[in-house]
Amino acid sequence: MEDIRAVVIATLKKIAPEVEEQELKDDSPLRSQVDLDSMDWLNFLIALHGSLSIDIPEADYARLITLSDLVDYLKTKI
Amino acid sequence: MIAFKLPSLGADMDEGTLLEWRVKPGDQVKRGDVVAVVDTTKTAVDVEIWETGTLFEILVHPGEKIPVGTVIATLLAPGEVLSPGEIPPARIAEPAATGVSQRRPVSPAARKHAEELGVNLDQVTGTGPGGAVTVEDVIKAAGGHPQDKAADMRRTIAIAMSRSKREIPHYYLSETIALGNAVAWLSKVNADRPVIERILMAALFLKAVARAAGQYPEMNGFYRDGQFSQAAAVHVGVAISLRGAALGGGLIAPALHDVAEKTPGEVMKGLSNLVQRARAGSLKSSELSDPTITVTNLGDQGVESVFGVIYPPQVALVGFGRICERPWALNGEIKLMPVVTASLAADHRVSDGHRGALFLARIRELLLRPEDL
Amino acid sequence: MKISYREAMREAMREALATDPRVFLMGEDVGRYGGSYAVSKGFLEEFGPERIRDTPLSELAFVGAGIGAALGGMRPIVEVMTVNFSLLALDQIVNSAAALRHMSGGQFSVPLVIRMTTGAGRQLAAQHSHSLENWYAHVPGIRVLAPATIADARGMLAPALADPDPVIIFEHAQLYNMEDELRNDWQCDIGTARVRREGSQVSLITYGGSLPKTMQAATELAEAGISAEVVDLRVLRPLDSETIIASVQKTRRAVVVDEGWRSGSLAAEISARIMEQAFYELDAPVERVCSEEVPIPYAKHLEEAALPQVFKIVSAAKAVMGKS
Repeated sequence: MEDIRAVVIATLKKIAPEVEEQELKDDSPLRSQVDLDSMDWLNFLIALHGSLSIDIPEADYARLITLSDLVDYLKTKI
Repeated sequence: MIAFKLPSLGADMDEGTLLEWRVKPGDQVKRGDVVAVVDTTKTAVDVEIWETGTLFEILVHPGEKIPVGTVIATLLAPGEVLSPGEIPPARIAEPAATGVSQRRPVSPAARKHAEELGVNLDQVTGTGPGGAVTVEDVIKAAGGHPQDKAADMRRTIAIAMSRSKREIPHYYLSETIALGNAVAWLSKVNADRPVIERILMAALFLKAVARAAGQYPEMNGFYRDGQFSQAAAVHVGVAISLRGAALGGGLIAPALHDVAEKTPGEVMKGLSNLVQRARAGSLKSSELSDPTITVTNLGDQGVESVFGVIYPPQVALVGFGRICERPWALNGEIKLMPVVTASLAADHRVSDGHRGALFLARIRELLLRPEDL
Repeated sequence: MKISYREAMREAMREALATDPRVFLMGEDVGRYGGSYAVSKGFLEEFGPERIRDTPLSELAFVGAGIGAALGGMRPIVEVMTVNFSLLALDQIVNSAAALRHMSGGQFSVPLVIRMTTGAGRQLAAQHSHSLENWYAHVPGIRVLAPATIADARGMLAPALADPDPVIIFEHAQLYNMEDELRNDWQCDIGTARVRREGSQVSLITYGGSLPKTMQAATELAEAGISAEVVDLRVLRPLDSETIIASVQKTRRAVVVDEGWRSGSLAAEISARIMEQAFYELDAPVERVCSEEVPIPYAKHLEEAALPQVFKIVSAAKAVMGKS
């Protein structure tokens, strides 16, 4: 399911246009890599909801640390 | 005839570059309409008009840089009619006819750049030979060189902050606030809400500050010409960092209007919209010119406390650090508690530490009872 | 140590004469008189009449003799007093020197160097003052050089002599007394143009006697807040388009300064190449500062009025900036 990762990155770029895909590390905390504050994070999730129709409850935020976490999580939900 | 002048879009703005007109002569305008887009050194701003009437003549064209207070257009008041003798000649400069062609001169490089940048050449004023549009003109119309923009913004921040530190005798207070109730309340509220309506803690902070500021008027207003005037309403300036660290980032603090009267959900919606527009460069002129107190929120990626610099001519700034869990004594027990350090930087010419402390304590009390916010 | 352009050229010839027995100098007044511009002063005593040869007043004859000597294995340096007089030798240069390699199917080469002065500014009137470099730069088969600095005056002769084909070196008469430090890195190629001053807003493209004026104009432009780049062509044939175009792509504006007459000038050729290769990079039409289309006048004020001058270059540069 490579395309989920692609969707995630495309969505991320809407929030943080300066992101370079090749510089993103799958296994380190996403929010500190990309400097997403809580507003950016929320907007990111709203945008993901828009493109994948997956609603991520607030209670699950704590599990979504790295890009891999997020992609794996979304795979289980789709 | 009404003269419409370029309004000041914040204390640190003394000139702006007109980017675009949203109206044309003959259009009806009413108070609050966005009529033009002006570039300050910080961002592009939608300029609102405060008169009602018919736009008569445009005096400043896209690309021109003008000082605040310059008459940029004239309006006819409702019912006003001009006799033919009063109609001034058109002032739109036509490029000099070369005798060969009436085509507007645009350099080949400018044409290529305009295509690449998606700039409409009709909106660009030419400064080259014979009024020809040059590459520089196109780049300016497209928002300028990013490096120049970053440098300009840095300079603008430098001027305002230097003035603040030079003129305002700051005093600082801080208080650690237990957010257990607020966190619990938010997760309960958010659990029932779709992602698009979720509320962030930042909205509660803004609401609490606005409510407290209404009760402590010496924190809410402007210090000008040696005296303080309190503001009638609370418009909270929200410090928003602009993305793009490579270009030097930048900071802007537009107002969220009448925060005290809004529900947390409305505050959240307003905040979300404000952040989005700040980053897209489409803030309104009133939002930049009228914050009465500023809140800076370092957010959950930051550090525990922030001691801010007041944005003149305001007199207070409230800062929030990162929310983190700490051991906390409550009812004779030690438990883990999400806490935040709230700080106040206030103007000693207007208030004293005692009142400042009461103000900060009020913010704490409000955050302890989020259901009442 | 500071030396003059004349001394630099003399040093270059002395070195060639001293190191290569095939090299000899031939021309009007190059021996006993020491050269019309004193470039070969002292050579007759130093190298003797076999190698420093005064010729009759017949450009056709002695240029032709130079071609013959080159065909026969020598490395002649032929001095023609001014470019105006070289017209008498055009037949030899264009029909023989430039064409022989082609017409012999590569069997013959003409390793000849012709030096001549060019340009106005000394009240020598219409038969001694013209800039006809472009006439030669028009002709395939010859290489045309225009040293405009002390280093190029010192450095260009050796590679010109080493070139198996005819090379014409234009020495602007106004440059002979110019002095400058000769640095150790004077050795140079005879194929490329050089950026003499870096700038970002307008390229001033020039060569030969107009280079000092153009450098002065760039300084004045800088004071007026305009960043001008100065490109010294150095080699008028073959033109180094790459350097010209790279500069114009950077600055997006060009002023070509050429002491030749505007019509059919080198400035016209350069302007055409910019149109061909950098049209979409241009932010303004190319301007030219050339000589007025009159025979160069004798009267001092008229002569000055006829030639490119610093103020004309400055005002052309301002015009392409839209700041006239």
